[in-house]
Amino acid sequence: MTGPSRIIASVIVIALVAGVVAAFAIAWQPAIAAIDPPAPQAFDAALVKRGRDLAAIGNCSDCHTVRGARNFAGGLPVPTPFGTIFSSNITPDAETGIGRWSEAAFRRAMRSGVNREGQHLYPTFPYDHFTNVSDEDDRAIYAFLMTRQPVHAPARANQLSFPLDQRPVIAGWKLLFLRRDAYQPDSTKSAEWNRGAYLVAGLAHCGACHTPRNALGAERVSAQFAGGDVDNWHAYAINDKSRSPVPWDADALYAYLRNGWHPDHGTARGPMAEVVANLSQVADSDVRAIAVYMAEISGAPTPDRKRQGEAALAQAKSPPAQATQANPAGASIYAAACASCHETGRPLPYGGVNLGLSTAISGPDPRNLVNILLSGVRAVEGERSPIMPGFAASMNDTQMAGLLNYLRARFSNQPAWTGVEKTIADARRTETVLLQTSAGPRSAPADPTQRDKP
Amino acid sequence: MNAPVILDRRRVLAGGGALIFSFSLTSAFAQDQAPGAAPAPKPPGSLATTPYLDSWIRIDADGGITVFTGKAELGQGLKTALQQIAAEELDVAFETLKLVTADTRLTANEGYTAGSNSMKDSGAAIQNAAAQVRELLVAEAARRLGQPAEGLRTENGAVISANGKRLTYGDLVAADMLHVQAQPKSKLKDSATFKVMGQSIPRVDIPAKVTGGAAYVQDMRLPGMVHARIVRPPSYGAQLTECDTAAIEKLPGVIKIVRDGNFLAVVAEKEFQSIKAMNALSAAAKWKETASLPKQDDLLKVLTSLRSQDFTIFEHSNPAVTGQKTIEATYTRPYQSHGSIGPSCAVAHFTDGAMTVWTHTQGVFPDRQGIAEMLRMPPASVRLIHVEGSGCYGHNGADDAAADAALIALALPGRPVRVQWMREQEHGWEPYGPAMVTKLKASLDGNGKIADWNFEVFSNTHSMRPGGAGSMLAAQHMAQPFAVPEPKPLPLPDGGGDRNAIPFYNFPNARVVHHFIPEMPLRISAMRALGAYHNVFSIESFMDELAALAGADPVEFRLKHLDDQRGRDVIEKAAQGFGWKAGQTPPLDRGYGFAFARYKNHAAYCAIASEVEVNRETGRPRLVRAVAAVDSGQVINPDGLINQIEGAIVQSMSWTLYESVTFDATRITSIDWQTYPILRFNAVPDSIEVHIINRPGQPFLGSGETGQGPAAASIANAIANVTGKRLRDLPLTRKRIKDAIDA
Amino acid sequence: MMTLKVNGHDHQVDADPDTPLLYVLRDDIKLNAAKFGCGLGQCGACTVIVDGKAVLSCVTPLVLLEGKQVTTLEGLGTIGAPAPIQRAFMEEQAAQCGYCIAGMMMRAQALLQRNSKPTDEQIRAELEPHLCRCGTHMRILRAVHRAARLMDTADAASTGRSAP
Ligand code: FES
Ligand code: FES
Repeated sequence: MTGPSRIIASVIVIALVAGVVAAFAIAWQPAIAAIDPPAPQAFDAALVKRGRDLAAIGNCSDCHTVRGARNFAGGLPVPTPFGTIFSSNITPDAETGIGRWSEAAFRRAMRSGVNREGQHLYPTFPYDHFTNVSDEDDRAIYAFLMTRQPVHAPARANQLSFPLDQRPVIAGWKLLFLRRDAYQPDSTKSAEWNRGAYLVAGLAHCGACHTPRNALGAERVSAQFAGGDVDNWHAYAINDKSRSPVPWDADALYAYLRNGWHPDHGTARGPMAEVVANLSQVADSDVRAIAVYMAEISGAPTPDRKRQGEAALAQAKSPPAQATQANPAGASIYAAACASCHETGRPLPYGGVNLGLSTAISGPDPRNLVNILLSGVRAVEGERSPIMPGFAASMNDTQMAGLLNYLRARFSNQPAWTGVEKTIADARRTETVLLQTSAGPRSAPADPTQRDKP
Repeated sequence: MNAPVILDRRRVLAGGGALIFSFSLTSAFAQDQAPGAAPAPKPPGSLATTPYLDSWIRIDADGGITVFTGKAELGQGLKTALQQIAAEELDVAFETLKLVTADTRLTANEGYTAGSNSMKDSGAAIQNAAAQVRELLVAEAARRLGQPAEGLRTENGAVISANGKRLTYGDLVAADMLHVQAQPKSKLKDSATFKVMGQSIPRVDIPAKVTGGAAYVQDMRLPGMVHARIVRPPSYGAQLTECDTAAIEKLPGVIKIVRDGNFLAVVAEKEFQSIKAMNALSAAAKWKETASLPKQDDLLKVLTSLRSQDFTIFEHSNPAVTGQKTIEATYTRPYQSHGSIGPSCAVAHFTDGAMTVWTHTQGVFPDRQGIAEMLRMPPASVRLIHVEGSGCYGHNGADDAAADAALIALALPGRPVRVQWMREQEHGWEPYGPAMVTKLKASLDGNGKIADWNFEVFSNTHSMRPGGAGSMLAAQHMAQPFAVPEPKPLPLPDGGGDRNAIPFYNFPNARVVHHFIPEMPLRISAMRALGAYHNVFSIESFMDELAALAGADPVEFRLKHLDDQRGRDVIEKAAQGFGWKAGQTPPLDRGYGFAFARYKNHAAYCAIASEVEVNRETGRPRLVRAVAAVDSGQVINPDGLINQIEGAIVQSMSWTLYESVTFDATRITSIDWQTYPILRFNAVPDSIEVHIINRPGQPFLGSGETGQGPAAASIANAIANVTGKRLRDLPLTRKRIKDAIDA
Repeated sequence: MMTLKVNGHDHQVDADPDTPLLYVLRDDIKLNAAKFGCGLGQCGACTVIVDGKAVLSCVTPLVLLEGKQVTTLEGLGTIGAPAPIQRAFMEEQAAQCGYCIAGMMMRAQALLQRNSKPTDEQIRAELEPHLCRCGTHMRILRAVHRAARLMDTADAASTGRSAP
């Protein structure tokens, strides 16, 4: 959906729709009266604590905190096909944050994407998911945010072109795509499953990344969890279209979400690294619930996929002697730059995953692999965490393409990628934005032997 | 649990500081100790044991002057400082001097370069020797000129008479002129006239280091040199059960596989060939391992329940003063790594029955003894030459690598062998800084002053340095292994685990007990500051806890308990430089902390004030700035001293906030920079300011280790200041801070 | 046999294509500056410049260097005629043991070649892959700032930058 003509088309559609809905005055929302910022002591400590966990599931801090800056003070640039949108200040600062927001104003923002003053918010703030968050949970998150430190940080102006810079346009988008239903429990399923469903569809907003979007930037309901794009990364399909060499199950999902890595799948990186860093701090039962629900979404693997998974695992354990190489340069690069970590047999997360188990290599396009090759994995400050050097400086596009083709041929049974060099060139241009501005994972993936140790 | 506390009178500090040792030492240079009591008067520093002047200074007929030291350059600027001292007292131009460092054939045996003792030992020796040499040269000139010595002066390598007649040192020196014993006291120059000492002379070793010169043992390339790699056991005590080397012997470049019991190494022509062969060999080797390690997450219990020998090392009482409010606290420190950036390396060459080893050890003489014993060779046939390595901060893998190289070279006569440890080997096998536990209890009197003070420290020895073969890995792994020597507590006043355990403050009642634990679950040895790091961290954290209890400002509270004027001066200087004001409120999310110590209670004084920011959401701490004041006696090179203190603060910050060795029941699991994270640039402070209080004419106090303890405590105190929570277990990690905030 | 261009000279190197550059530089070409620190891309001690960019030589196989220009610290200047970055590190006395310093200097040099006036924040971010155990960080930062100023004056005097 990146062609300029398609964007123009979408703009026109939105503008039209906006015009129509304006007539119905849907675009107009009243301001909610400002309040005096409540004293932090006014909130119940247990409620705040619950809010903290929920905010972590909602990933609030990662979108609303810029590297090196104050927590929740906003300003993170979020690249979208329509321009760059900056996250807002959600500290209780009276002037530039949400200090004057009542709980009702906060709930309205979560539920319908309208700020206290009555302006529509861009759906980069995933209210299309948050709309299902219960009153109770909204209250807890509100309590948590209102007890953070107020930071004076005025909003940065979004970089959007006309007419997308006109907020009433958003009203049209909402009319088309925002469905305001509270979560309806499925009584045929377990409480755990229902909890998972509620979190996944709502606060955790998994679909925001893992569901593909249409030309207007809305999630395609028909293709839920079929894989999406976010910040120049590909968020893998996590439904039955998943291409992971070993199929996921609830236990693996749980371990991965909780610890940040799984021996059969590798270590989370890119935007997912932030998500798992958050999930490592919330209630265990919530992570388990998400895993249980998602495992059902992705469904039991077909016998075929199961067999392939077993084969991949077997090969990872005892790699077959290398066949003669059609690509000796790729093989040499792999031997020196990759195998020294990925083939030592050292357990994850400090040993690299055997690349035969890597979804990045069996994925539909090499973007994630390129991103990770270019920038590597940075150390988490002062914490045990995996480190991978970046190779942006040492490999040119042709060399990197050679390596990618080698990896694809050797470690997956998928057809060769096309346009690899272009992907690399694009990634060199775009990839760095988010990595340089986001605060990054705020804690390290768990070390199997070191969890809960200093 | 522990054996009953025995008051060991021989170890009790008598009065102001005199002490009788309870341990006789096999070497006069056992690590980190003050010279033993001896009949006075003795010449100063290492002249006491190596009295001949020509062991220190040689002058050739052409006027060329060479200065010898048994100490080693470890990146602390030792060469430059010693050269300054010699140039000053000899009255020659700084750059004309040559300096030879630790070499068992050429230099005095000055034991280890450790304990911040180099200036006290070697600096004092060279200074006094140089002064005496100058005196001898002047006397000789007086004789030749038939003029009284008083009328002569020295300048730029020559003696000059009142009428301008000039005799160079080269002219004056005669065959055995300097082969005389040092006098107990030389007339040193008046510090007011210093031209070279006290100046920030640029370090002599830096130009090569920033232009790619051969600066390190790692850079040595001898003709015919081959490359060796070791395959170490996967864990302590693992036994090599099986190793089929046939295929590996055929790998390209492989010259030899050396196996002796559990010692396994491979030698190849080229370096990368040796690495490939090492990987293959390591895959072929099968080991039998035993689970022998203690529980890492409960070091408190582990340490306090191991059998200990208990010494009351200080007791002072004044029944007239009694406490009213009492608090107690327990502080812990994990095992920590030296973590040199360059893994250990050595080159050895065995030829014509003689072994030469180039090594970055801190002690060429003790190492020679160990290596000779291991090789069953007479020490005279073994020569060790110090060549710089990466910074070591104590006893790291250097000595072990030297032994490795020697053992392999013995199997390859005639070919120089270079052994380079891999990163995992350095992290997994170096002897760590020991874990420690301190228990403190103190009371305040009615006036908010400390009435009584109880301090107990539980720790291993802090030095397992060589001296005998048994200290070295290669010797332990041989088929006929050498036993690890019995660990001993290091004697006071320097001490080991009890270094700085005795409070430097004046408390009316005080008692300090050292629980020495002989058993060493992990391989440990000397790490920068030894026990002082944790003891000062504990004492100075607890001082803040007591100040809080008294409602007093931390700086005032310290001054209230300290008579020592030089101590008071550094405290005041650091406070003033920091802008410390009682009752001040730091900026949002920031806290201020203060700490002070006199290293070993008899060396350099150091006070540090810190400002730390804590992110309340993540718990992540950041040292924003630190201001230090240091009194190291007569300053030789101010910039060098500042460099040392800056480094100490930054390194101590990394130890304090991040670092702990990790292990499971069998293996060490912190084996690289992923698993043993240290400071990176994103956490480097905004500024570090060091104020020096120079004490012209006062003895050199050394400064390499003085900053570690105060830096740790000032950071801990600042964290307590900003969070309102006291953390007592090192390291003060993000997670621990976060948990404390959330608690 | 492969031709490797190092500091402006061609070297015939007889090593496997998967040999990391670090060992070629140290062992075959007998250069000292690039240091072995970890061999894993975790510490920065082995950093050299390849075609203007800082590269970790311990994870860069020879095969990647066909036709590229490698610059090591030795190629920037000498004790007698130090490059601005070398002068800056000498003038700031920015070393303790110095083992990490060569790598730091090479990355700083690459940074200054593409951005002659980096901010303090940019320098810190750039040097993040590098470890220094001695705690020389404050001086390293000062030296990089000084090098930027020195290069600036050198430019003003139109002597050009010294890096090839
Ligand atoms: S030696 Fe290359 S990064 Fe450490
Ligand atoms: S100066 Fe020693 S490691 Fe940096």
